[in-house]
Amino acid sequence: MKLSLSKVVSGCRLGTLTNLGKNGVQTVELPGCLLYTKTGSPPHLTHDTLQTIKGVPDIVQLTLSTLVELHDVLEEFKEGVGKFIGMPDSVLYCSLHDPGTPCPFGYNNNKSVSIWGYGGRVEMTTSKFMNMQRAFKPDWIQCLSDGDTISGETSRKRAKKSVDRSLSFLDECIQLQEKSPELQSSVMIGVIEGGDVLEERLRSARETAKRPVGGFLLDGFQGLAMAKETKLKLMDSVTAELPEDKPRLIHGIGKPDEVLECIERGVDIFESFFPYQVTERGCALSFSYNYNPDPEATVIKQNGIQDTGKSHTEKDINETSKADPEITSFEIFLKEKRYRDDFGPLVHGCTCYCCQNHSRAYVHHLLVTNELLAGVLLMMHNFQHYFSFFHSIRDALRDDRLDQLKELIFRQACETQEMHSQASECRGRR
Amino acid sequence: MAAPSGGPALSLRVVAECGRSKGPELIKQAHGLHGFMNWTRNLLTDSGGFQMVSLVELSEVTEEGVRFRSPYNGEEILLTPEKSIEIQNALGSDIMMQLDDVVSSTVTGPRVEEAMYRSIRWLDRCIAANIKPAEQSLFAIVQGGLDPALRTKCLEEMTRRDVPGFAIGGLSGGEAKDQFWRMVTLSTDRLPREKPRYLMGVGYATDLVVCVALGCDMFDCVFPTRTARFGSALVPWGSLPVKNKQFAKDFRPIDENCRCSTCRRYSRAFLHALVRSETVAMHLLTVHNIAYQLSLMRSIRESIVEQRFPQFVQDFMTTMYGSRERYPPWAVEALASVHITLE
Repeated sequence: MKLSLSKVVSGCRLGTLTNLGKNGVQTVELPGCLLYTKTGSPPHLTHDTLQTIKGVPDIVQLTLSTLVELHDVLEEFKEGVGKFIGMPDSVLYCSLHDPGTPCPFGYNNNKSVSIWGYGGRVEMTTSKFMNMQRAFKPDWIQCLSDGDTISGETSRKRAKKSVDRSLSFLDECIQLQEKSPELQSSVMIGVIEGGDVLEERLRSARETAKRPVGGFLLDGFQGLAMAKETKLKLMDSVTAELPEDKPRLIHGIGKPDEVLECIERGVDIFESFFPYQVTERGCALSFSYNYNPDPEATVIKQNGIQDTGKSHTEKDINETSKADPEITSFEIFLKEKRYRDDFGPLVHGCTCYCCQNHSRAYVHHLLVTNELLAGVLLMMHNFQHYFSFFHSIRDALRDDRLDQLKELIFRQACETQEMHSQASECRGRR
Repeated sequence: MAAPSGGPALSLRVVAECGRSKGPELIKQAHGLHGFMNWTRNLLTDSGGFQMVSLVELSEVTEEGVRFRSPYNGEEILLTPEKSIEIQNALGSDIMMQLDDVVSSTVTGPRVEEAMYRSIRWLDRCIAANIKPAEQSLFAIVQGGLDPALRTKCLEEMTRRDVPGFAIGGLSGGEAKDQFWRMVTLSTDRLPREKPRYLMGVGYATDLVVCVALGCDMFDCVFPTRTARFGSALVPWGSLPVKNKQFAKDFRPIDENCRCSTCRRYSRAFLHALVRSETVAMHLLTVHNIAYQLSLMRSIRESIVEQRFPQFVQDFMTTMYGSRERYPPWAVEALASVHITLE
C-alpha cells in the first residue's frame, strides 16, 4: 500500500492510496469514505441495487459486532469473509464496533475488549481476535483496542489505561499476525486512544507510530461527551505526530460540517453510517455541496424564493421536531404532509436511481404505508448524495475552492441550530 | 422496483388505501398508478373487496356497498361498485376487477347464495360505471362458494355479460382441496375458451400446475413474496427455511440450477446469517422466489407449446414429492379428471 499526497491545503490532505487489496491493484482517493455495511451487506441493498449507485467507495467497512457470531461459520468456510458476503473482489476493512449502535461501558479489561454482537456480549482476547481475523482474512484490520473513554466520565487514569491496553494489544496482535500465513497481505491499523487527555493522546500517537502499522485510527472521538473544541484540538495534536505517508481514519464522525473540520485536521478516511441513519429516520439528504452555483440561482435564493421547499412555518417545525430530534438541516423528512403531492425528485439535479425514477410523493407514500421499498430508495439516494459530497471535497481541494465549500456547508449546518431553537421557541410559546 | 428482465407483465395492486380522502385526485395528478409508481408495464388492480374478508374486523355489507375502516388511518370508507370502479379508473390499471360480495369459502348457508346474486348485480353496476372500457379491461369474478348449483348459476349469468375476462373467486381460502379443485374445473368447463380465466389467490407450485391443467390462465398469490420475507426460499423440491439453523454452514446457493441474481452470488449460509437482522435478506429471497415462480410458469408454457405438458406435470410431481405415495391425492384426482395419469 502506498499513499501519495498531491496537495495539502489548510491542513487538508489530497491524495491517493494505491496498491490496495489482495491483488495490490486497487486505488482509493483521499479524502474519502468507506462503504458502511451490517452483517456484510450495505443496509437495504443487494449487490444489484448497490451497482446503480455512483461513486461507491472502494473500501468496504465490515464490523466485528455484526459478524462476530459467524466466527465458526467462516472457519469452516475457509475462503474468507469477502467471498462469503458476495464481495470477493472488494477491499475490506474490519473494524470493531458498529457505528450505529453505541456500546455499553465498563466491560473492557487488561486482557480483553468486549464486542456487542446480536446475541449479546462477546469477550475478545488478542488470541481470539486474531483467530477471527485469520478466518475472515480482511485487507485492513482495526487492531483490538480499548476505546471505552467516551462516556464523559473518563478519569485521567482511565484514559491512560486505554492507551496502555491498546498498545499492548497492538504488540500482541502484530506478533500473532507475523505467525499467520493467512494474514501476510493484511494491513494492521493502529488505534490511537487517550480519551480527552492531551498527554495520553500524544503518547498514544507517538508510540503507535513506532509500530509497523499501515495506517492509524483516531478512536474515542465518537459521541457527544467531549466538547467540540477539545475534540478538534486533540485531533490536530494527534495527526501532527503521525507520519504523512500513512492514512488516518476516524470513526463516529458523519455530519458534513464535522467531516470538513476533521479533514482540516489531517484526517483522510471516514465511515458512511450517517446516510444510513438519515435513511432510518425516513429522511433524504438534501444539502448542497455545489460550491460552483449558477449565478442566477444564487440571486433567486438571495431574494428569498427557495426551491427546496425549506421555508419553516411553525406547523412544519412542529411536525419535523416531533419526528426525530436527530434530524439535521442537511436532510428533509419525507413523511411530512407537504410531500404527499410533491412530484419532484428528492433533490433537483440528483442523478441517483431514486431521483431519476421516483418522486417525493411516491417515497412519502411508501413511508406512510411502511413499505420496505422506502428504505431501499432512500438508502440509494443517501449513499449517492454522501459519496458525491466527498467527491466535491476532493474537487474543491483540487480547485482551491475549499473556502467556498466550507462556507456553503457551514451555512447549512447553522440552519440546524436555527431549526431546533425555533422548535423550542414554539414549544415554549405554548 | 426494477423488474427483472423477462419479468412479470402484470402487477397486482390493492385499492383499499386509495379509497382514502383525496386519493383519486392525487393519483390523477401523478398520471395514474403507472405514473405514480413509474411502472411502464401492465397493472392489475383488485376492487378492494378481498379486504372485506381478509383484513377487516368490522365491516358491514349491504346492497349499497361495503362499509369498513381503512387499516392505515382508521377512516371509515363506504366502498360501492361505483366507487371501486371510480378509483380503479383513476388508477388507470390495465385490468380491473369488479367489486364482488366476497364470502369465505368456509361459510355455508343462505349468505353464500345472497353473495352470489349480489355479485352479479354488482357486476352490472361496475360495467355501467366503467368510463374507460376501451383502455381498461373489467373482469367479472365468479362466486358461489363450494356449492356446484350456485356456482353454475353464477357462471350462467356472468357469461351472459360481455366482459373481456373472468376470474374464479371465493376459493383458495382454507377450504378442502377436494372441493377446491372441483369448483375450479366446474368453472373452467363453463367459461368461454377465448377469454382469460384468472384464478384468484393461487398459489403454491403444485396448485399452479394442477390448475393450469384444469384450464386456468392467470394467477396471483402473496405466498412467494410473503414466505421470502419470513425467511423461506422456494425450490423445485419444496421450500428451504433458510432461517433455520441447519443452513448456518450450508455454502451452496439456494438452487444450483437457478440463474437468479441471488443464487449466482449468495449462499444459503450467508442468507441465513443475514435473515436474522437485515432487511436485505428479504429482498434477496424475494428476488429468488419471484424468479422461481416465473421460471415455473415459463416451463409450463414451453411444455404446452411443445406438446409435452403431461410429461412436464409428471416430472414436476416426481421432483416435488419424490414418489407416488407422496403425491397429494387431490392433485392425482384432479389431474386424472383431465386425462393426466401420474405414475
